[in-house]
Amino acid sequence: MANTVVESYPPTEHGADDPNRRDFIHIAAATAAVGGVAVFAWPLIDEMNPSADVLALASIEFDLSKVSLGQQVVVKWQGKPVFVRYRTPKEIAEAVKDDNAPMKDPATDASRHKPGKAQYLILVGVCTHLGCVPNFGLGDYGGWLCPCHGSVYDTAGRIRKGPAPLNLLMPNYAFTSDTKIKIG
Amino acid sequence: MSGHSTYKPKTGFTRWLDSRLPIIRLGWDSFVDFPTPKNLNYWWTFGGILALCLGIQIATGVVLAMHYVPSGLAAPGGSLAFNSVEHIMRDVNHGWMIRYIHANGASMFFLAVYIHMFRGIYYGSFKPPREVLWILGCIIYLLMMATAFMGYVLPWGQMSYFGAVVITNLFGALPIVGKSITTWLWGGFAVDNPTLNRFFSLHYLLPFMIAGVVVLHIWALHVPGNNNPRGVEVKSKADTVPFHPYYTVKDGFAMVVFLILFASFVFYMPDALGHPDNYVPANPLVTPAHIVPEWYFLPFYAILRAVPDKLTGVLCMFGAVGVLFVLPWIDRSKTRSMRYRPTARLFFLIFIVDCLLLGLCGSHEPDDKIFANLAGFTFIDSNLNSYTWLSRILGLYYFGFYVILFFLSWTEKPLPVPESISEPVLKGPALPKGATAEAEKKG
Repeated sequence: MANTVVESYPPTEHGADDPNRRDFIHIAAATAAVGGVAVFAWPLIDEMNPSADVLALASIEFDLSKVSLGQQVVVKWQGKPVFVRYRTPKEIAEAVKDDNAPMKDPATDASRHKPGKAQYLILVGVCTHLGCVPNFGLGDYGGWLCPCHGSVYDTAGRIRKGPAPLNLLMPNYAFTSDTKIKIG
Repeated sequence: MSGHSTYKPKTGFTRWLDSRLPIIRLGWDSFVDFPTPKNLNYWWTFGGILALCLGIQIATGVVLAMHYVPSGLAAPGGSLAFNSVEHIMRDVNHGWMIRYIHANGASMFFLAVYIHMFRGIYYGSFKPPREVLWILGCIIYLLMMATAFMGYVLPWGQMSYFGAVVITNLFGALPIVGKSITTWLWGGFAVDNPTLNRFFSLHYLLPFMIAGVVVLHIWALHVPGNNNPRGVEVKSKADTVPFHPYYTVKDGFAMVVFLILFASFVFYMPDALGHPDNYVPANPLVTPAHIVPEWYFLPFYAILRAVPDKLTGVLCMFGAVGVLFVLPWIDRSKTRSMRYRPTARLFFLIFIVDCLLLGLCGSHEPDDKIFANLAGFTFIDSNLNSYTWLSRILGLYYFGFYVILFFLSWTEKPLPVPESISEPVLKGPALPKGATAEAEKKG
């Protein structure tokens, strides 16, 4: 095989031009091109992130006296539903009773509401599985049942059954008066 | 594209063009005098049918985009997007028909692609030297799923909205980066107007990317040439016929039959494959009582729901599609066609039933009872007589099928395969009589 090869470019140390200079030019040119494309691509990717008007701080106020005992009102906050639930004493008792039951995302009932306001549960109404809005009062625990994939939440919004990994999230909120809250 | 070209330009103009841009030659060699195995059956007509489907979707889609408004901003009766779809249905000349063709066209497209894929698996069309052809097909299928999903969001009804919510939230299951990805996909903190705008942009783009990959797919087909029901390579000219008129006519006839089915949906049951909830304007505060994807995603949806852990469920769902890409390296059997692999054929037929039943599971609520009169009992976390457990068993077989194929392709003893495509016809059967007759009937 060797005698058929025309050795016009012998791979010896001094026979060829020093390859390093040409390699350098190739690498430098490719690096500049890739870098340029990356710099140009970033704005095109980041453009899809939330725009300034979406990011602008959005908070809402809500008057809790609009909710009657045993009911829930859904308010829209940052495009998402927020559940405001006025719990009955029975529902609170059931939630407290289960504080030590085995749970996926253990939490006590007390950690799910503001101190002294056990009757008001304020939660982001988005299932932590895949984002559907759970239905009020359904499921084995009387809390919520997600219609999409069957996640069951109890009356403290804790995940008890089904594929959701976390309890319903609590938005940042504060009582501005005895019956008024500010979400966000 | 392969072999010797037989094109002879006849006029002065075609000779002039041929030496500058041999485009007529390309068409001639690809679709007129392309040597095609002479034993292709009707399962092979779905490639042409799929090309027709893509053409129909692009043509009707471009026209619909002239009237559609991609805006989720509220308007009396819904949103600008929802209202513009109703405007197309009621006011635009022929708008109702064009939209129904486009909407049902997506279903017809998937029906054809599933038959095309099952055909490929059954006859071993993914095996060497056609792995790249198969992978390009898988890429087309992925692009189709993305396009169909985003198209379904555009009318901005309840199913549109919550379909978008669920699918985009799938990416939220990824650890660490999940939340940033969903925010980036949404352009906000929930599915909203920015989401709809970008989905429209991408829904218009992707079909042209599909068309580009289809060109590569056909290119990759024309290098080794078609597989065929016997799965043996073309040995001589006696094994082939020119594509035109033999397969242009056969494909054309199949297209007409397919279009009859298509038209019966468009004109007699245009909403049969849709969901009434999508005629309710999107409302982010209320999820419909029972949300389901379009029928062609149901098997994957069932796999997603069958797994109790969120991330694992999402990975299984994507894995169910991803496994197709590596099929050429799972099934190593030298015998292509399952006509000569009775054991593999049996598992394949069960696999088809499995996929259909998974679709049935996906259309039911997880806790629905399979046998209404049977109480059943709770096994681990769910009633054994519920679609949750049925989906789990079926999902296990879905993946098990590939494991079985992997081991079977080493251990099984295939039936004798004919020497060539023509041989069984010209020299009498190479197989026991019964086997050939049966194989012919299948074709």
